[in-house]
Amino acid sequence: MPESTPASKALLYGNEAIARGGWEAGVTVATGYPGTPSTEIIESMAGYDEVYVEWSPNEKVALEVAIGASLGGGRAMACMKHVGVNVAADPLLTAAYMGVNAGLVVVSADDPGMHSSQNEQDNRWYGKFARLPVLEPADSQEAKDFTVMAFALSEEFDTPVILRSTTRISHARSPVETGERAEPPARPYRKDPLKNVMLPGHARLRKPVIVNRIRYLERYAETCPFNRVEWPAGSGRGVARRGFVTGGIAYQYVREAFPEAPVFKLGLAYPLPPAALAHFASRVERLYVVEELDAFWETEMRMAGLEPVGKEIFPAAGELSAAIVGRAVERFEAGVSEATAAGPDEPAVPAERPETPPPPLPTRPPVLCPGCPHRAVFHILRKLRLTVTGDIGCYTLGALPPLNSLDTCTCMGASIGQAIGMRRAMPPGDAAKVIAVIGDSTFVHSGITPLIDAAYNRTPTAVVIMDNGTTAMTGHQGHPASGWDARGRESPRLQIERLVEACGTRSVEVVDPFDLQALEAAVRKALEPGDGPAVVVARHPCVLLKRGRGTGLVVALDEELCTECGACLRLGCPALARSGRKPEVQASLCVDCGLCAAVCPVGALSGGSPRPESGGGGR
Amino acid sequence: MRLENIVVASVGGQGGLLATRVLAALFLAGGEDVKTSEVHGMAQRGGTVLSFVRRGRRVFSPVIDQGTADAILGLEVLEAARALPYLSAGGVVVTSTQRIAPVPVALGQEPYPQDLDARLRRAAGRAILVPAGEVAAKIGNSRVANVVCLGTLSAFTEHDPRLWEAVISGAVPPRTVELNLRAFYAGRELGTS
Repeated sequence: MPESTPASKALLYGNEAIARGGWEAGVTVATGYPGTPSTEIIESMAGYDEVYVEWSPNEKVALEVAIGASLGGGRAMACMKHVGVNVAADPLLTAAYMGVNAGLVVVSADDPGMHSSQNEQDNRWYGKFARLPVLEPADSQEAKDFTVMAFALSEEFDTPVILRSTTRISHARSPVETGERAEPPARPYRKDPLKNVMLPGHARLRKPVIVNRIRYLERYAETCPFNRVEWPAGSGRGVARRGFVTGGIAYQYVREAFPEAPVFKLGLAYPLPPAALAHFASRVERLYVVEELDAFWETEMRMAGLEPVGKEIFPAAGELSAAIVGRAVERFEAGVSEATAAGPDEPAVPAERPETPPPPLPTRPPVLCPGCPHRAVFHILRKLRLTVTGDIGCYTLGALPPLNSLDTCTCMGASIGQAIGMRRAMPPGDAAKVIAVIGDSTFVHSGITPLIDAAYNRTPTAVVIMDNGTTAMTGHQGHPASGWDARGRESPRLQIERLVEACGTRSVEVVDPFDLQALEAAVRKALEPGDGPAVVVARHPCVLLKRGRGTGLVVALDEELCTECGACLRLGCPALARSGRKPEVQASLCVDCGLCAAVCPVGALSGGSPRPESGGGGR
Repeated sequence: MRLENIVVASVGGQGGLLATRVLAALFLAGGEDVKTSEVHGMAQRGGTVLSFVRRGRRVFSPVIDQGTADAILGLEVLEAARALPYLSAGGVVVTSTQRIAPVPVALGQEPYPQDLDARLRRAAGRAILVPAGEVAAKIGNSRVANVVCLGTLSAFTEHDPRLWEAVISGAVPPRTVELNLRAFYAGRELGTS
């Protein structure tokens, strides 16, 4: 890399590089559902006019569309975050039996360290589970190159291919040499029920095919272009003192910590090449396997009869780093028993401490924005002291102080099903206090079927759909009820209230959450006894969608009237700081949503005031 | 000191990711290998945003380990202080003096620390605290405070200011180029004086 002229290269995020790779490979159809750290793949793909790009309602649909495209003869990719693959697992596990016509790539962006996720599952296991090859790039150049090559691999072996990224690949930038778009050979659709209609009798015929396919892939892995051995000149020609098997982002950490050590770099993360690894192992005195999260490669290597040092010294939780890898090896070789105590948060090089350490700094948790419509909903739910089953989105932040408004958050769409279960299991008094909250995008993703369940089984279930008109948390992507598509073009807008009604709900009411009285009345009504679900659609656009169209007005405080009750401060609005016992309006942040004025019992806060010239505190 | 590993510390929405992009483009234009690493999503809803820029003949890890950053570019003073464990001995801190109260402070559960300037000066080989908010407001828009800070940091890099001009011009919206360049030079003056 340094020998060429990096200035001629583009600096791309791993996600941009994956999109570029798909485009260069001649992809016809690209699908996905937004989810950190995968979102920018589809967003960048929307910049390539030759590709049909869609935000799908959820990952299962995204993969099914991609499978259809592949059958129809177009190279296709479905892009999602790690937990999205769980949603798509049903088609994935059987698409593995069917194989492909044109190349099919499933991109899984995993999130070690859970920067923006509810778990840190290691999706390399999906490769073993589904008997699919898994490619794992280590930087943006490889992200681009591997994506291009993945389609040829998919077609050569008649298999879907998983391309696994992680946050430090997807959201890291490095120089990329790009290529041009190739038009892959035509693969006209051919009717083939034995291969594409997975009746039991057909699937039984396919099973041995895929068992053998992964064996062929294992043989292919022995010499495939995705793996390589790096044997630096400084490490000697005979047997080296230590050597590393690694891949993905962990490869970068190993090279950084041990620049002189031999490395077997795995780009094909599954299946592994047993003979090549055994040969490498024979040339090093001590063999390490360095992988983020699970002991996936370690397990495979042990099954192949190798005895690497792995998770006994490297942490299985959180992200690795060059320092974590380096320190673990050094301690191990010095004979210090460390087990897995070296947590990822422990400073690698302890900062110099003054004699008396200063007090810890206040944390800065993420918060709902000033003017966020969700805050109004949480204010009412908290006021009514309800048990709130939650879901995935910005509104999950309602669980944090001072709103403290959520009781659960598990996965996309879980809020409504959990509310049904709680209603059925809890004593009547407690059950009557249960309510589900779910965002508009999440409702379309997987909230509809549990709502149908509540209606069908007559479970009295109160639900608030917090409809801010966008997939806000991941950066305002469109969805079927937003009114625009992945390219930002206008599209037919799913009518949420009509859909809810068609599910057989007892009632559905649309309110603006900033109309607190109407919202409270609607929530109270939804909680009344009765058969089946009652739904409140709290509809107000995400405040960030309206940025720049504000009135320029702010809320102002009448200090004389303020009784220092703190009701406004308990809204957790970043535009209200505490000054003594009174609120202080941060004029540069306030968008005059008026919520604090509405909750003030004495009318000390009033909206519609002119913005002061020099914007107060804040930024 | 040659700045190779730079931590950018900010609050979501302040433009920390733009500053990261400018630094990376600058180093790439200077003919070096570059990597950046960021975290998107949850962290950007008013939370701490920490990003890394690394350059050199060949860069492996996109992540900066604690104790190895040559410089911290802070867009908010509490976040600059929070990033101090990343700083190497004798490292440079350039930070805006802007203060944004995090929720525990806004709720009055904890005070906004008053000793941050001292902490920064004690830990850094050189600490420059830039009134970037005021400077930016005087120029015409407090949103360019991030570029004011980049201007101050530029005094510590070997790159020609015209190269900085070119990368900033390529990174910001076209109609804000002039404003951003004024912010850059105002900041640079604070770094060289």
